[in-house]
Amino acid sequence: MSEDNALFSKKNIKLVTDPLNDNNPITVQVLGICSALAITVQLKPAIVMAIAVMAVLIFSNLIISLLRNLIPNRIRIIVQLLVVAALVIIVDQILKAYAFDVSKQLSVFVGLIITNCIIMGRLEAFALGNKPWASVLDAFGNGGGYAIILVIVAFFRELLGSGKLFGYEILGHKATSIAESTGLYHYGYQNNGFMLLSPMALIVLGIVIWLQRSKNKKLIEN
Amino acid sequence: MDYINLFVKSIFIDNMVFAYFLGMCSYLAVSKKVKTAVGLGAAVIFVMLITVPANYLLDNYLLKPGALAWLSPELADTDLSFLSFIMFIAVIASMVQLVEMVVERFAPSLYNALGIFLPLIAVNCAILGGSLFMQQKDFANVGESAVYGLGSGIGWFLAIVAIAAIRERITYSNIPKPLRGIGITFIITGLMAIGFMSFSGIEL
Repeated sequence: MSEDNALFSKKNIKLVTDPLNDNNPITVQVLGICSALAITVQLKPAIVMAIAVMAVLIFSNLIISLLRNLIPNRIRIIVQLLVVAALVIIVDQILKAYAFDVSKQLSVFVGLIITNCIIMGRLEAFALGNKPWASVLDAFGNGGGYAIILVIVAFFRELLGSGKLFGYEILGHKATSIAESTGLYHYGYQNNGFMLLSPMALIVLGIVIWLQRSKNKKLIEN
Repeated sequence: MDYINLFVKSIFIDNMVFAYFLGMCSYLAVSKKVKTAVGLGAAVIFVMLITVPANYLLDNYLLKPGALAWLSPELADTDLSFLSFIMFIAVIASMVQLVEMVVERFAPSLYNALGIFLPLIAVNCAILGGSLFMQQKDFANVGESAVYGLGSGIGWFLAIVAIAAIRERITYSNIPKPLRGIGITFIITGLMAIGFMSFSGIEL
């Protein structure tokens, strides 16, 4: 039906909105966990990483979908890896050129975008069997879902762990004594330094999953 | 002794799962039974033991700035390090293909139990992560990189077998419905990571 093939038909819009909540790549499909935990200590690298992953997702989905009828089945994983690796090299060089301090913070995790399960997972599950425009929309949706979770976890970790957001002191300035501190610190508030450490990322993510599944009973496992 | 120090450090302190969160996807997916967890963990140890030293040699004699000096003095300036990602992944993918063929031939029941997760070792972040960290750490020789690879693999193995054992035991526990499965596994892994943090001050 021509309605289904319209650029922004209902079916296509669903491709973008589903991964934002019901089919979220991190909390439901359980993909892309590694980077979601490791670089969410501060908001800025988390957002840069989300943009990088979305860029690689969109272009790799597009390329593999365009080539989907030409790739022999036996070597399809190798072809996918090559395409993704080439895109990540480009992204890495762009990051080093235009956002050097963030790329240093992300260190090996930029390279690890290659093995980010979301990218390989969507290539296998979607791009290999669907048309280019649908694949691009699917990439937008999954990239968006990934970004949402990253932002949520990083928001809480940076705020509760260091009292800052994006490096700006939100809760006031912490000086050496309580009397000299401003904002919340003046009343004796202390940062929860533990939030900055790795285990809390896992626990925050577990709580996010708990909340999501309480609201959305369909997602509960048996 | 330097090697022992490095070995213990890479198993407990720089643990691939608890300190750096690498290899989480297969860690979460294959940890429902201890038997499959042991099989996958052993495969990961083997692949890391081979690929980390192989990539070390590749990095030092081909990719690093100045690495090509042994071929001819004019090439001493070339810096091929931007090719690291593709070359490391190529080495890893071929190694995993080899392991897959060996497992299919000699342990067909394990091959069936692991299913898609055996070829997925190629995209296991822990394996590529091991090679990338090795590149950052600048080891003095191949031996040190091999010890690092072996230790990292054993650390991952330890983590997945431990969580599989715990998940087997909590199958009949009264966990709130929304937390069952992935949710509680995350929280337990977080608690295990806190436990492993106790190793961080150790000096040998």
